[in-house]
Amino acid sequence: MRRHGFVAGFLLLPVLLYAVFVISPYVQAFQIALTDWRGVSAGLDFVGLDNFQRMFGNEAFWQALRNHLVLLVTMPLATVSLALLFAYLLNAAGGSRGGTMTGVKGSGFYRVVFFLPQVLAVAVVGVLFKAVYRPDSSGVINGALVRLGGEPVGWLTDQRLALWSIIAVMVWQAVGFYVVLFSAGMAAIPKDIFEAASLDGAGRARMFFSVTLPLLWETVQVGWIYLGIAAFDGFALVNVLSMEQGGPDGATTVLATEIYKNAFGYSRFGYASALGVALFFLTLTFAALTMRVTRRERIVY
Amino acid sequence: MGRKVFGGFSQAVLAVWALLIIAPLIWTLLASFKSNGEIFGDALQLPGELRWDNWVRAWERASVGRYLLNTVVVVFFGVAGTMLLSSMAAYVLARFKFPGNRLIYFLFVSGMAFPVFLALVPLFFVVDGLGLLNTHVGLILVYIAYSLPFTVFFLTSFFRGLPDAVAEAAMIDGASYTRTFFQVMLPMAKPGMVSLTIFNVLGQWNQYLLPLVLLPGDKSNWVITQGIADISTIAGYEADWPALFAALSMTVLPVVVAYIFFQRHIQSGLTSGAVK
Repeated sequence: MRRHGFVAGFLLLPVLLYAVFVISPYVQAFQIALTDWRGVSAGLDFVGLDNFQRMFGNEAFWQALRNHLVLLVTMPLATVSLALLFAYLLNAAGGSRGGTMTGVKGSGFYRVVFFLPQVLAVAVVGVLFKAVYRPDSSGVINGALVRLGGEPVGWLTDQRLALWSIIAVMVWQAVGFYVVLFSAGMAAIPKDIFEAASLDGAGRARMFFSVTLPLLWETVQVGWIYLGIAAFDGFALVNVLSMEQGGPDGATTVLATEIYKNAFGYSRFGYASALGVALFFLTLTFAALTMRVTRRERIVY
Repeated sequence: MGRKVFGGFSQAVLAVWALLIIAPLIWTLLASFKSNGEIFGDALQLPGELRWDNWVRAWERASVGRYLLNTVVVVFFGVAGTMLLSSMAAYVLARFKFPGNRLIYFLFVSGMAFPVFLALVPLFFVVDGLGLLNTHVGLILVYIAYSLPFTVFFLTSFFRGLPDAVAEAAMIDGASYTRTFFQVMLPMAKPGMVSLTIFNVLGQWNQYLLPLVLLPGDKSNWVITQGIADISTIAGYEADWPALFAALSMTVLPVVVAYIFFQRHIQSGLTSGAVK
């Protein structure tokens, strides 16, 4: 009896909080998505799939999806490639000393610096890069460009460049985390595998693609899923950094900013929830697909 | 490619990336001492003098101090609550058999997979309905609730790995279940608790979306990420850019110092969270 009281007592508060603030909103979201609720009436008017129909007919939705697609392909690809390169240079570029691979000089310093953006708030990073990207010569990048004799570029005001400028910030912030993650993975690979490959005459590139990368594959896969899920968010950066929260002219809009605008800007709660449901299924589909596509035989060492 | 050449190439690549990370931060710090004229002039020029009045203005007029204090309060209680409630739930889920154990565990863990944006609209109305909109208590409770899935998941596996013998010995010595947990098992879980505390401090300190939705009203309640985003907008109207950069520096500096101090723990804490 005492035991039951203890179990119940310990679970009561966490389960209560979780049920009220997490489970119930998620369940309600699916219900609200089927209504035309605008927050004024107490009752919910059930409208079936109207919101979804409207969503599919809305150019802003498709624009956001296109942006997510670009993000989904380029952001993880750039981040993982750079992180793999840096991690390899940090861990193995010092050449072999006494048979073991060593990192370059100062690798401790690089590790600390590279990880730094990870601890800065995304919203703060957004404000910071707003200044870095300023369209006249008072921006950091344009200031440097002008000095080199170039013309200032509208990083965030040019429709063709805005999304790429934001992706660059995402990569800037994310790389360090994956450098540390991949470094840990590389450190776990037994040294004699490298030695054997080295004796067989494998060069650095060969060593990386034939030994390091396959043995690191599971860690890379985990990283890819995290980045993919991050590519479905992007809210803080787009909201703070872009012109008119998703501009110019929808060039940087994402589902998250659409949800926020529709809900808290225009009080279209039913429609915003429908967008949330779409985001939910996209995220799930992505995670399931990635796991399937990247599944490989596990290498045991 | 010879070893020397490759080593030089590596150094160059790594140094360029390090510069890309440090330069914007240094530039922000320098800009916090510039005058408005200097800020709109050549971006690569140093400030003419150290204008501390920019910092004073940011602290007083832009209420950076207020925002920082609010954030400290919210994150302190948010993380303390998260760690207390998560460890209690995880301990019971990991080490006690009772009907519904798997269901509750599954419900907690499934929370990791769902995007917060799906819950956003109903969450706003739940918090509003409880009368907690625009209050720190409301934000703290929501932070705890949304930190539970990951923290419970991680701690459950940690508590499962602890040996049974110690808990049994404590019980035989007459300690109650509660006492066994707080005085014996919780201290044994310290490494996991430290990692997760760091993880949650960073996550809650950097949160932007939830405050934006749940503290939309009175500015004096705002947290720092909201405040900075707002100052950035205001700087545009009032043309007080130096104060914006001073505010940014004030926000970034303590984080950078704390990071350099604890970087080993932070890196291992964050990455162990990601791999497991």
